[in-house]
Amino acid sequence: MIQVQAVQPERTAESSVVFSVRDLNVFYGEFRAVRDASFDINENEITAFIGPSGCGKTTVLRCLNRMNDFIESARVEGKVQYHGVDLYDPQINSNEVRRRIGMVFQKPNPFPKSIFENVAYGAKLSGRFSKTEINEVVENALRQAALWDEVKDRLKASALGLSGGQQQRLCIARCIAVKPDVILMDEPCSALDPIATARIEDLMQEIKKDFSIIIVTHNMQQAARVSDRTAFFTTEINPESDRRTGVLVEIDSTRKIFSMPSDERTELYVTGRFG
Amino acid sequence: MSTVELSPTDLRNREKSRGSLVLGFGLLVAVTFTLLSLFVLLARIFTQAIPAFRERGTDFITDTIGSEPGISGIWPGLFGSFGIGVGVLLLAVPLGLAAAIYLEEYAKPTRFNRFVIVNIRNLAGVPAVIYGVLGLIIFVGWLRPITNGGSVIAAALTLSVLVLPVIIITGMEAIRSVPTGIREAGYGVGATRWEVTRDHVVPYAMPGILTGTVLALSRALGEAAPLIMIGAITGLLPETSLTGKFTAIPMLIYNWSGRPDSAGGAIGWSNSAAAAGLVLLVLVIAFNLTGVLLRQKFEKKRVGT
Repeated sequence: MIQVQAVQPERTAESSVVFSVRDLNVFYGEFRAVRDASFDINENEITAFIGPSGCGKTTVLRCLNRMNDFIESARVEGKVQYHGVDLYDPQINSNEVRRRIGMVFQKPNPFPKSIFENVAYGAKLSGRFSKTEINEVVENALRQAALWDEVKDRLKASALGLSGGQQQRLCIARCIAVKPDVILMDEPCSALDPIATARIEDLMQEIKKDFSIIIVTHNMQQAARVSDRTAFFTTEINPESDRRTGVLVEIDSTRKIFSMPSDERTELYVTGRFG
Repeated sequence: MSTVELSPTDLRNREKSRGSLVLGFGLLVAVTFTLLSLFVLLARIFTQAIPAFRERGTDFITDTIGSEPGISGIWPGLFGSFGIGVGVLLLAVPLGLAAAIYLEEYAKPTRFNRFVIVNIRNLAGVPAVIYGVLGLIIFVGWLRPITNGGSVIAAALTLSVLVLPVIIITGMEAIRSVPTGIREAGYGVGATRWEVTRDHVVPYAMPGILTGTVLALSRALGEAAPLIMIGAITGLLPETSLTGKFTAIPMLIYNWSGRPDSAGGAIGWSNSAAAAGLVLLVLVIAFNLTGVLLRQKFEKKRVGT
């Protein structure tokens, strides 16, 4: 396996800021999907991205761990700094970035392998653990994801036999096992029922002391329930081309966004009169 | 009282309309025709082949080619066909799979790459004889120092080139059908493109890849035309060596079918040809079966039972 030089995060006075994003523009070919987004993400907080469909919140999220690299036509402009390091610097190893900034997806996507292998996969690839340590890593990750008691007797069974909610918690465990610094969640509950959703939300509160979490959600109540800070995105329609571009309207404490937002558009959205 | 007005014909079963009856009958005819021709073919081969096996027993498999059907066997042909099969497995399958992986996972969708893919598709439709000409020029001619002319190695190389497009196309389709979520899951924990391909994409695509392999192998084992072009021998006593003169079962079938049955012997050449055909059939079915069993193993893993 290829060992990569780790990016040493600069721990300065700004150490509570994980991401510092300035003038982020994302293009898919000629089409501008996101315009001029600037924001900071704090450590050990849950930040929610909300907004109507097509507002670019998922696109922005995927810029934070260079997941957009895999979309052929995607182009990112602006600065995305992670602990002071420019993530789009040509010298950065994007796999190492994704190891530190993990991701949980909209649809639970366990590998068609055993529960154990799912959780162990990323940790094994990192090459940081011996065989016996891997067992420990898997158990700890499953415990942290509140799944251990349900699966400890069938670690060798296929992950596809789990329920949707269990699968999503498995995906969170798989992410945790790599010991990331940040977890990006792209509508992690949109495919789950309310009970499974509640479990994931509880889980997020449990793990936020260890990780910084950014969650994209369509569900405003969820954002209000789980997050410390909320970013509201919306779409602006270009009158000439009739195409929609996502813009960040504001980012503030969740309480403020939902009670007295600075921008009228935010108020219209959170009160359900728009979007 | 219900306000819905319903005439008795509204809920009529349209399955019984004349159009669908005619269509159903037409489909039945098509299936019957297909099965019937297969049955006639198999029955014919069996009835023709049985006298040969009764007369020769296992000698038919282990004897070399003789001047009379009564003393002739197919051993050199079996050796040649087996060599070709192994050659295709070792050469065309890894090469085709690698090409499929490159084209699906690595190559950017440039105009040139699209052109390459279209041409690979076209190559799958090129007649086998043309590949024979290619094999004659390249593998028998230019690469004579390696192949020693028209040998099993030259045949395996020629047929590998022949089946490559099939393996590449089925491989690409199998790889394309792997859900994006699986790839993203791998990337999400920091895996590289190669790690994701090796650990998740290829295992998930394995059933489709195996289907392509089985198709390719069956085709390679059944071809006679390219072997004629590169000079497979049809006379007596070809050697059983990788670099010497060789033959293969389709060659024997082709050659023996054309010979007149002499009045004297207990069996004629046509019986030997049918028996050789039966052996080839068994060989191909055995390969297919292995492929199907392997495929099931991978498919089970994919759905998690």
